[in-house]
Amino acid sequence: MRRVTKIAAASIASAALAFTATACGESSTESGGQDKGVGLAFDVGGRDDHSFNESAARGVDKAKKELGVDAKMMTAKNNETEADREQRLSQLAEAGYNPVIGVGFNYEKSITKVAKDFPDTTFGVVDAVAKGKNIDSMVFSEHEGSYLAGVAAALKTKTDKVGFIGGTQNALIRKFEAGFIQGVKETKKDVKVVPEYLYPNNDKGFNDPAAAKAKAKGMLDRDIDVIYTAAGQSGAGSVESIAKKKGAWAIGVDSDQYLQPGLAQYKESILTSMMKNVDVAVFDLIKSVEEGKPLTGTNAYLLKDGGVRLAKSGGNIDDIMPQIEEAKEKIISGEIKVDEQPKG
Amino acid sequence: MKEQPRQQTAVADRPPRKKIDKDKLLLAVAAPVLAIVAALAITSVIFLTTGDDPFRAFSIMVDYGSKSDSQVVIINKAIPYFLSALAVAIGFRMNLFNIGVDGQYRIAAFFAAVVGGALALPGFLQIAVVMIVAMLVGAVWSGIAGLLKTTRGVSEVISTIMLNSIAAAIIGYFLHEGRLAVRDGNLIHTEPIPEAAHFFSIPTQEDPVNGFIVVAVVVGFLYWYLLGRTRFGFDLRTVGRSEEAARASGVGVKRMVVTSMVLSGVVAGLVGMPTLLGESYNYGTDFPTGIGFTGIAIALLGRNNAVGMALGALLWGFLERTGGRLEFEGYAQEIVGVMQGVIVLCVVIAYELVRRYGLKAQQRKVGEQLAAEARTDKAEVSA
Repeated sequence: MRRVTKIAAASIASAALAFTATACGESSTESGGQDKGVGLAFDVGGRDDHSFNESAARGVDKAKKELGVDAKMMTAKNNETEADREQRLSQLAEAGYNPVIGVGFNYEKSITKVAKDFPDTTFGVVDAVAKGKNIDSMVFSEHEGSYLAGVAAALKTKTDKVGFIGGTQNALIRKFEAGFIQGVKETKKDVKVVPEYLYPNNDKGFNDPAAAKAKAKGMLDRDIDVIYTAAGQSGAGSVESIAKKKGAWAIGVDSDQYLQPGLAQYKESILTSMMKNVDVAVFDLIKSVEEGKPLTGTNAYLLKDGGVRLAKSGGNIDDIMPQIEEAKEKIISGEIKVDEQPKG
Repeated sequence: MKEQPRQQTAVADRPPRKKIDKDKLLLAVAAPVLAIVAALAITSVIFLTTGDDPFRAFSIMVDYGSKSDSQVVIINKAIPYFLSALAVAIGFRMNLFNIGVDGQYRIAAFFAAVVGGALALPGFLQIAVVMIVAMLVGAVWSGIAGLLKTTRGVSEVISTIMLNSIAAAIIGYFLHEGRLAVRDGNLIHTEPIPEAAHFFSIPTQEDPVNGFIVVAVVVGFLYWYLLGRTRFGFDLRTVGRSEEAARASGVGVKRMVVTSMVLSGVVAGLVGMPTLLGESYNYGTDFPTGIGFTGIAIALLGRNNAVGMALGALLWGFLERTGGRLEFEGYAQEIVGVMQGVIVLCVVIAYELVRRYGLKAQQRKVGEQLAAEARTDKAEVSA
């Protein structure tokens, strides 16, 4: 009888498989829709990460207010596969959202694929260059902005030791690291820079505040007194650790973290933030679609365009502004060339 | 199906067992049904407490999950999950808790991708080489844990979880521009595997089904055959039940520990292959992680039974696919994670309850029989 049960189970399973494999029934992508507004797919961490995603969300909020468009926002999970990202984007596109924006370079491949299936929808991808004639690729010069953060860190450290915490060791975050190190070294070459990462290659680095908290604590214990954290939502953990030590400074990333309500209790420890104006890029795209002239191709947001800049909220860098402005002018004029990847 | 007539006559030859077997069948069906009903009830309560309508949610899931393109995605998702569950189950069957499948499949896929990207052999040969490399690396990685257990008594739970971190660090080191990887915008990945060595796929009217499903089915069959029908499988399960008894009957326990860890690693090595050979063609920073842990849940769900695990893997794929839809419809995306957890818990609890109930029923039956026999004996004596 045991064998009969097994055979029955096996035949049910194979019947189910045969049914699925023949793929009868209708497809979920058949239904179309009207113009519903903006569809935004976040990277891990979600809207309230006080950093990268939030910057994109601000662009959408601005468009809601000024252009009167509707929006739908969805969030990525950890351990996702290409299929999950494709599903998210095509659901938005098929429901009639236009433009559909993927926040984060993980969407590069899925945007390229889905954009082909929906030629009448404009797609946008942040931090990646995706090929396709209906795709707006929004890229930023994080290394240039991080150089300025490095200048600020070098001028503010009292122990001559500064730290960098990256969420995940990938090419994008190494761009932050490269600019930061160069900025520190070219301002004061005796200052030691300690770059460390939360995870070697796991996007959990962007939503693991506990790990960042421990990492920052470790750095503070080694007398490092200025820490630049480029780790999305995890950055909040780093700020929390730093706020406990008097005289130590945190440098935020992507959004102006001094103004983040969620970080208000630690804001006195936030020196500045390297703002990456994803909101500007996102708003530009939405506006262009609303006006019927959608942006496509690669659009770079550089230091000279205000695509990246240092936040001045709190006035903690007011005293060193002359040096920062000087470095900024040199980068814009081309006198300083900032590396995109760390040396060695 | 050929087996059936013989089975029926076998049952007919032994009429007294027929009833017990019917009960057994009932119990076997009762456990999963009980689990699913309980899981549905609990998730309904969760939906209600968050102020959502559970029935609308379930109907969205069924509706969306049965769409033809969803079916293809579900099958493609289920393939690596099933392989991962098999790898975990090999350990489970002899009481080894291989948490390291996650690290094993990742490091295996990484080095297989490196080798695959460096070679340009004829397609078929190259696929074979890539798969063999993956299985070898997986075997080495799990074998370390096996050796540590047998030579130094280190619990495999500890060693495999540490080996996961070491695997991640090794991949992190080599996955760098100029080491074993190339940079492509912000993505870093190994050299792509040439087109000739891409695995075949089964076309449907939607996206194609990954051809690796064939390998998965073969491995599933081998698992069933090897563990259920061979001397080796018997020894392995014996060690799982009782090391002392196995040793007493002449089974080399240490050798079995290492062998089954290695076998588990071999299968783990295959977990990354459907993605590597059928989808991404390279190992990059975006290579899926965490499938090893999903495998643990599915092995529990499928009770280490090949068919059960296949169904569990499909269920998992279904939940993930439809979970994305739930978020789109305005439900919290975490709800699917909660559902998956609830289902695994319900299954474990339901099987235990049913097992105990079955045991009690059997005891009662035997008791009644003995009582009846005692009565007839007494009657005979008094007569």
